[in-house]
Amino acid sequence: MRCGVVVFPGSNCDHDVYHVLKHVLDQEVLFLWHEEPTLKGCDLVVLPGGWSYGDYLRGGALAALSPAMTAVRQHAERGGLVLGICNGFQVLTEAKLLPGALRRNRDLRFECRDVHLRVERDDLPFTRGYRAGQVIRMPIAHGEGNFEHFDAELDRLEAARQVVLRYVSPAGEPEERWNFNGSARGIAGVCNPAGNVLGLMPHPERAAEEVLGNTDGLALFEGLLRSSAARLAGARR
Amino acid sequence: MKARVTVYPRREILDPQGKAIRGALARIGFAEVHEVRAGKSFELDLGVDDAQRAGDLLAAMCEKLLANTVVEDYEIELLEVRNA
Repeated sequence: MRCGVVVFPGSNCDHDVYHVLKHVLDQEVLFLWHEEPTLKGCDLVVLPGGWSYGDYLRGGALAALSPAMTAVRQHAERGGLVLGICNGFQVLTEAKLLPGALRRNRDLRFECRDVHLRVERDDLPFTRGYRAGQVIRMPIAHGEGNFEHFDAELDRLEAARQVVLRYVSPAGEPEERWNFNGSARGIAGVCNPAGNVLGLMPHPERAAEEVLGNTDGLALFEGLLRSSAARLAGARR
Repeated sequence: MKARVTVYPRREILDPQGKAIRGALARIGFAEVHEVRAGKSFELDLGVDDAQRAGDLLAAMCEKLLANTVVEDYEIELLEVRNA
């Protein structure tokens, strides 16, 4: 699979994603500078974590207007895979490619810790490596990950099965004390209605190697590879 | 024409910053404060004289960039209006 990692001024998890895709999963990976208006034929585009544009105005607000995002939008509209991690999730909500907004954490603290997540559906390219209801562990590291939306929109997201990951207790129960940033309904990750764009605050790329003590994030990337391979096989048939 | 745009969290949404500031004000003796909403303010200098057009432009700027209307409200004030 040909993968692109978009680099904004202030991105700082771009090399981590590159490393996992290239050296752990042996895929072709390119860095895509945010001023470039093309994705150079990439099948998967990743918007990495960091502080794009210094988080000026709001996290992701200025990055959402960069030339690369026009290409990302076209890619998404054609059904192409887009993954936004942490600041990349903020960029996708600011670009309106994903619903909701990410605000300052409830307790005003930067939260840097492992969290438990429940995978709410396993029929997406991003989650086919998991089972629905499975509880996984991933690190978070953010000050603005508090997911918000209008109540009616939250109901609509739930009904449309766009909530993909939720902060839960280690036993898999949604509890406020395990929802460290105060997100509405414990939402940690959402997808678009078509299911080809995913944004999440936790960092799967930091949980993808034995040597780091956690490989729960690896299945997310492996699921994307399997989906891409299946799609290519379908196209050849 | 000059204008000021103020952006602040929607009323229905908890504003943890405003709450923390209110707590601090109470600690230093300003117990009269019931609520603080913490927002941000932008001063814009526009090359536009018509108040109606300036208002329309500023509203568009707020909707597209200055505010995130999922979680924020905005107010527009026109300053130094010439031919309102």
